[in-house]
Amino acid sequence: MIVEIGHFALVLALCAALAQTIVPAWGARLADPVLMALGQSAALTQLALVAIAFAALVNAHLTSDFSVLNVAENSHSAVPTIYKISGVWGNHEGSMLLWVLTLAIFGALVALFGRSLPRALRANALAVQGLIGVAFLLFILLTSNPFERLAPAPFEGRDLNPILQDPGLAVHPPMLYLGYVGFSIVYSFAAAALIEGRIDAAWARFVRPFALIAWSLLTLGIAAGSFWAYYTLGWGGFWFWDPVENASLMPWLAGTAFVHSVAVMEKRDALKVWTIFLAILAFSFSLLGTFLVRSGVLTSVHAFANDPRRGVFILAILAFFIFGSFALFAWRAPVLKQGGLFAPVSREGALVLNNLLLTTACATVFFGTLYPLALEQLTGEKITVGAPFFNMTCGLLLLGASSVMPIGFSLAWKRGDLLGVIQRLTVAIAAGAVTAVTGAAWLRGGSIVAAIMAGLAIFVIVGSLIEVVTRAWRPGLAPGLALRRAFGLPLSFWGAALAHMGVGMTVLGLAGVGFGAETITTLHRGAPVEVGPYSITLDSVGDRVGPNYRETVAAMTVHSGATVVATIEPARRQFAARQMATTEAGLATIHFGQIYVSIADPTPDGDVPARLYWKPLVTLIWLGGAAMALGGALSLADRRLRFGVAARARAGAVAAAAE
Amino acid sequence: MTRRSRRLVLIAVALAVVGAAAGIALYALRDNIVFFYSPSEIAEKAVEPGARLRVGGLVKDGSLVKSSGQNVAFVVTDGAHDLKVAYQGLLPDLFREGQGVVAEGVLAAPGELRAETILAKHDERYMPREVVDALKKQGRWQEGEASAK
Repeated sequence: MIVEIGHFALVLALCAALAQTIVPAWGARLADPVLMALGQSAALTQLALVAIAFAALVNAHLTSDFSVLNVAENSHSAVPTIYKISGVWGNHEGSMLLWVLTLAIFGALVALFGRSLPRALRANALAVQGLIGVAFLLFILLTSNPFERLAPAPFEGRDLNPILQDPGLAVHPPMLYLGYVGFSIVYSFAAAALIEGRIDAAWARFVRPFALIAWSLLTLGIAAGSFWAYYTLGWGGFWFWDPVENASLMPWLAGTAFVHSVAVMEKRDALKVWTIFLAILAFSFSLLGTFLVRSGVLTSVHAFANDPRRGVFILAILAFFIFGSFALFAWRAPVLKQGGLFAPVSREGALVLNNLLLTTACATVFFGTLYPLALEQLTGEKITVGAPFFNMTCGLLLLGASSVMPIGFSLAWKRGDLLGVIQRLTVAIAAGAVTAVTGAAWLRGGSIVAAIMAGLAIFVIVGSLIEVVTRAWRPGLAPGLALRRAFGLPLSFWGAALAHMGVGMTVLGLAGVGFGAETITTLHRGAPVEVGPYSITLDSVGDRVGPNYRETVAAMTVHSGATVVATIEPARRQFAARQMATTEAGLATIHFGQIYVSIADPTPDGDVPARLYWKPLVTLIWLGGAAMALGGALSLADRRLRFGVAARARAGAVAAAAE
Repeated sequence: MTRRSRRLVLIAVALAVVGAAAGIALYALRDNIVFFYSPSEIAEKAVEPGARLRVGGLVKDGSLVKSSGQNVAFVVTDGAHDLKVAYQGLLPDLFREGQGVVAEGVLAAPGELRAETILAKHDERYMPREVVDALKKQGRWQEGEASAK
């Protein structure tokens, strides 16, 4: 019964979404405040209904109701509770429901916090958001119904794919979807601004928090996914340039560009048309990602069981929203009042360069991901564009961006003093150069790319720190006073500094790859094997029983010289329900690096075939991502940028003027 | 600087960055495209040894041989032709005889691939699309075989 209620709620949510699309848009045309205000209630109703549907599906999974097809195929009564819940979005139907839930949450946020917005802008934005909801609710109801019943109900479920039975599934998809779908609100506002033909700094001030939420969560989601792949796939890679990874990277790159350009728009009232363009682009890439993942047109580790109807349906949604918005853009963008131009050497000039690098990177990834598809359609030849392509192109762009980032961050708005900035950054430049030279000497004739990357990373980190110090401290200022001044700096500045340091950390982590070591060997009990500066000894091999699996555990000790640094337990897990095995890597974090050991099934005489890695600084890759996301969150907490502050201040000023 | 010259600077920088990126992309693309073949296509096209390629098909039943030093050898088949594959390292968890596989590496001799990467499917319901196509060509694939129901 609960399942049917869920299904019914989903149908009602479609009705609510339809109302949310039609009524406020109509109201905005007629300038009727009552009709426009209906958008808010519709958005909240839609959220409530989708939440009911989602709760119903969670309930079915929790109670292991195998009469529901989705549960029978993706769950098992012996699966631990956390995986019963995360299993809800571990499959196509459930994850689409989560997608729509996120969409409704963001719509409701606008309904709740948009009080300060011009009425028509809010109404139009809600209408566009509603339209996206209509499309995806239709998609779920027509092609991917998670509430489909199965008769007769099987006695036991087919189990959740063992690879997905991991805390990663609880974190990675929800974060990623919040990020992906968060850009929908930015898109809706861009479309609304185009429909109205009016855009100003207040638009930027209102959209920026949403963009920051979406961007921070997307950053976290990507970092979490990368870390999950790293420890679960057994070969220690953290980024495979898999089409689906690229699909998440493209909206991130476009979103990063947007977060920067919207700052220019807010502060200097410039780059308006470009910012609108980026807003459309970011969500278009989210939609493209959804299409690539769901349709199975590209071979990827993320593929879901495919159904051609779904691919065509999503392609239709994709085409409608992308072409629709770009047509609107082409038609209406000339109406928008252009902002002023500005000096090339200035904060805004540097941000333009940042946008240029980011969008170029985005275009390169787009090209590399879809070129094989295009070529196959045109010539029938099947190719893959390998990781070296992406490493080379994106790597160079990343290095380019890192080398100008601290300079741009230190430049003043309007007219910057390039020479002065470089003088200020002398310490950072020196620190970077020393790191690069030391690194190159350490590697002795190896690839110098890692050394250069490490140098640039230090340059970025120290450069961001210098900017913080410069803002807080002048020569002769007492340390206590400087500290108080530092705490008094705007949170958005702290956020930006932290996010930039995060980029530096990630680059440093990437550079660490070049300093690592790898050994493939078979371990004998008691015989140490060297990997990098450490040695690893196999102590024992034993069996253990988990809640729904049996595992073979190889206990090992990590030594540095004569001292024991850590013990690790890499394992092989056998899942009976699907007759599948997974590899659990043995990980030990030493400073910021990790020892990584993954094993194959032990031989009958107790030897263990294994891959052993020493990965220096590797955790910085994800910690950097976390720092970026935290930077975004700090920026969000800035009092000047909270929802509605701008309008309230304006209203106050008007009231004061009237008195 | 006048408005016009500022705009020119901006356009020049944009063109330089985009141009450089396009150049690098094309250069990188030249060396990094890997063609996908089925065992039959390798046999038909008489692909030269030394070529880098991806091959997909089913792991032939009973062909998997594991020897010391984590050396593995198996045969990839699409029903009509076979290809021997040698690999050193740990096989993916979902690697099984009779199941789909994609191997990337260098053709060491006609009919023998030295693989550097082995991709097996991620989910037992899922079959790499290239493998499906390769099997379809040999008439060894029924539509719906990989779907859930």
